[in-house]
Amino acid sequence: MVTNITSFGRSGLSDWLMQRVSAVILALYTLFIVGYLLFNPGLDYYTWSGLFSQIWMRIFSLLAFISLAAHAWIGLWTVTTDYLKSTRLRVAAQALIILAIFVYLVWGIQILWGA
Amino acid sequence: MSNLQVSIYRYNPETDSAPYMQEFQVDTKGRDLMVLDVLHLMKEQDSGLAFRRSCREGVCGSDGMNMNGRNGLACITPLSDVVKGGKLTLRPLPGLPVIRDLVVDMAIFYKQYERIEPYLQNDTPAPAIERLQSPEDRDKLDGLYECILCACCSTSCPSFWWNPDKFVGPAGLLQSYRFLADSRDNATRERLTDLEDPFSVFRCRGIMNCVAVCPKGLNPTRAIGKIREMLLADAT
Repeated sequence: MVTNITSFGRSGLSDWLMQRVSAVILALYTLFIVGYLLFNPGLDYYTWSGLFSQIWMRIFSLLAFISLAAHAWIGLWTVTTDYLKSTRLRVAAQALIILAIFVYLVWGIQILWGA
Repeated sequence: MSNLQVSIYRYNPETDSAPYMQEFQVDTKGRDLMVLDVLHLMKEQDSGLAFRRSCREGVCGSDGMNMNGRNGLACITPLSDVVKGGKLTLRPLPGLPVIRDLVVDMAIFYKQYERIEPYLQNDTPAPAIERLQSPEDRDKLDGLYECILCACCSTSCPSFWWNPDKFVGPAGLLQSYRFLADSRDNATRERLTDLEDPFSVFRCRGIMNCVAVCPKGLNPTRAIGKIREMLLADAT
């Protein structure tokens, strides 16, 4: 057993499962958005804003944002543990990444419910 | 005369400040020799050349090395399989400390092997005869027990290069699954608990370098997938 405290779920198994589940959610969200843009060629502000004013779209978007946050945390944490050998540099990078993910997540929620 | 140009990694920590590549011309007399035979011919030219070898028939796993960028056993790798454009480049197994020339320090590789407790554990009273196993259960060990610990797989794995102290590596994990899959072993829960962290098993990214180089044709990636399935089944 190797101890770790900055990984997303503190467990390899939970991170591994989360990475796969979030990937599926992100794939579905991407497919939906791309499909929506393709089927609405003359898209204007009111249609776009109308889409995001519906509660199911907000839930779907928030789910995608949270998935992105978890996915990025797990993935970038792995990259830092592979390539940053200096503990100081690695912990600083991990703190910065987690902080940025938090800011983007709150910002995303604010955009979804702020309009 | 049919000359083969061999470029070989040389390093003697007692006399060299840094490793370097040395060029050799080896007369193969047109034969499709094994790479190990070429090394012996080179040793006739320079008796200071250091490499490991023992059984010279792919059983002992001593002469794992990097031949033209690919790990394998020198004794069972014919020149025709690796030589490109009449040139052969020999380097030690990547990622392990070099002791001298092609001889590497395999301590960390063995440490990871030791960590997975590669022996049967069973706390039920021993029967008067040996612990029996059905032919079906015995079949589950095929493709697992044949590993000769040559380290070709683990030293071709980037995840092992970056974290050899934390990631068990393909060789260790293949053996780990060999005991997880054994119907006579009942330490399954303890074994799984020790592997659940983000490094030991899950640092595998499934690039399958291990499968590509295994001289015995084994499949560590498949074993790692099976361990993940067992972990998932146990924890959900």
